[in-house]
Amino acid sequence: MSSYGQVQVKNGRYKFRGDFHRLEQHMPIRDADNGWRLVGVTKPRDMTYVHTYGGEAEFFEALSQGKLLATKCDNPACESKGSIFQPFRIHCPDCLAKNVVIDMTDVAKKKATIHTFMVCARSGAFNMLDKPIRFINVEFEGVSTILFSYLLLGEPQIGMRVAPVFKRYNPTYTILDLSWVPAGTKAEELPEGYSF
Amino acid sequence: MITFSERQLKTPKFMRPVYLVTAGQSKYARAIPEKRTEELCVDALTMAAELLGLTPAELKRYIHSCYYGHFADHFGDQLLGEAVIHDRLGLDPLGNIGIKSGGATGGSTLWEAAKAVASGYSDCVLAMGWERMDEVPTDEGNFLIASAADRDWESPMGQIYTGYYAVMAQKYWQVFGKAEASFRRTLAEISVKHHGYGRFNPFAHGGMEITVDDVLMSPLVADPLRALDCCLMSVGAACAVLCDEATAMELTKDTKNRPLRIWVTAGSHTLRPADRRNMDIPLLPNEAPDQYKDLAKEFPGGERYPGFTGFLAARMAAYYGYRMTGITDPTEDLDVIELHDAFTISDVQTYEDIGVRPYGRGRDYVESGDCYHTNPHTGKPGKLPSNLSGGLIGCMHAVGASGIMQVFEIATQLWGRWAEIHGDKKRWEEFGREKPEDWTDLQVKGAKRALSISHAGVGSHVTATILMDPDHLLKKDA
Repeated sequence: MSSYGQVQVKNGRYKFRGDFHRLEQHMPIRDADNGWRLVGVTKPRDMTYVHTYGGEAEFFEALSQGKLLATKCDNPACESKGSIFQPFRIHCPDCLAKNVVIDMTDVAKKKATIHTFMVCARSGAFNMLDKPIRFINVEFEGVSTILFSYLLLGEPQIGMRVAPVFKRYNPTYTILDLSWVPAGTKAEELPEGYSF
Repeated sequence: MITFSERQLKTPKFMRPVYLVTAGQSKYARAIPEKRTEELCVDALTMAAELLGLTPAELKRYIHSCYYGHFADHFGDQLLGEAVIHDRLGLDPLGNIGIKSGGATGGSTLWEAAKAVASGYSDCVLAMGWERMDEVPTDEGNFLIASAADRDWESPMGQIYTGYYAVMAQKYWQVFGKAEASFRRTLAEISVKHHGYGRFNPFAHGGMEITVDDVLMSPLVADPLRALDCCLMSVGAACAVLCDEATAMELTKDTKNRPLRIWVTAGSHTLRPADRRNMDIPLLPNEAPDQYKDLAKEFPGGERYPGFTGFLAARMAAYYGYRMTGITDPTEDLDVIELHDAFTISDVQTYEDIGVRPYGRGRDYVESGDCYHTNPHTGKPGKLPSNLSGGLIGCMHAVGASGIMQVFEIATQLWGRWAEIHGDKKRWEEFGREKPEDWTDLQVKGAKRALSISHAGVGSHVTATILMDPDHLLKKDA
């Protein structure tokens, strides 16, 4: 009986348990216009990758707890001292010193606006979001960069105030746990599993 | 970085002149199930040899090292595909290396090849690029392309790269385009132009006779971009051969290929647009220090540079390239260009990044008719024709080959061989395509200098390749 592949870190190494791939037969590809001659074969493959978040792990853990973390360069010798980065950057892009982690949940709740957006009717394979997807780039007062995310409710407009919501129930531990709604949206309007 | 040191802004310099002597390409199509990738590369190299009146075996005798552009290993399901191609071209045991920089892979491959000759390491090199995008279903293809975005912060969102790009298009559309219906029609005009030029190119698979209304009524992909605003997804290969002066003179003696001086420069910017920080605009030689002081007043929302409206990597590639070669005004100094028209709107953004028009004024390049082979308003030659190949919208986008296809096209213009190569009825028949009855010669008469821009995704890598007839240089020591 097959089971989902699961991984833990123990003694500094990955420990794998369960099934990480399944076997499928190659199938011939034939040319229907030319006597069904052989052209090639299909090569089915189903694999599971293992991936570390490294120094960004605390950002993704925090999303599941309803917090939006960012980082800040505190190096007094850096020309970018005081710059706040969202997306969360482990190191300052200028001095490469390790940034300090800050909680910017309150700033996001009060001072976030849509810098630009895109409503996209299409997706690629393995997409987990409902379509159309309302991509938004969120600008925060006092933050030097502009976060890419998606609008969970409503229709986006440039300059529109938005507030973060978190998928705290059954989180995915991915960037999909963070989304946004128009400022003023009430808690009872949020889909099940999401909260401010 | 948001500020640069003088060392970082040094004008690049080759140690010795580098020449482009020949180039070749395969047929391009959405799918080519009858050929393996290496067969397409053999087609390209064979054509490059034929343009010099040589057999492939004769041309290979000159080659000293090889530079291979192939972006997506996972599309081809073959790591070290470069080694496969190199072996099938019979070029072992020469040194070779693979180069990948997304949509700019072709341009980056030429960048590496040119530096190998300029440094003296090799006297003759092969730059070959290819891509195979027909061996997965479209939605899985979109997934694979989305892998070029940040896998933790972007790709999980829809697995659709168009969406990550289109937020930038939306910003440009609203800020510099002011969301005007007239600007939307200008974008459509670019698609009509590129699909139209593609009709006269036997290598192209996007040639179509369409109208602005056809573009405006094509399916919506990501507002304001519609299906006919987007580039093609292609299979094919292209190559170029670069040499030092002595080898170039020997190889081109008694041929129609005049050796052309070649320079390649490069710029980069963050993989995630989200990481772009505000900075001053690096100025090109045809821009004044106070030129953009009122930009945000004129275009509210345009306060940030490059923000989501420009491509800093393209600006830097032009910044280095123009200074390296003595270009002061691209519209005056160049005769023909090929730009990376991934989308109609990115074409307009690039006009501004490379100084064909100032920031905010890109649409004028199209509306004035300057970008056409023949200006539709005056009936006279366009001032700086662009994408006469059809570009990525009307010719092809086989990623690793695209930047080299562009250089093949501008080289045929500078050799004065455009009509001979694109009008050859045998070539149309060999590719299984019908030469249009209204086929038109798009040779730019007297073309001596040309530029191509090769661009990756949301602007992470961009190269500028400049070709010049050696008797028409702009700077003696370039």
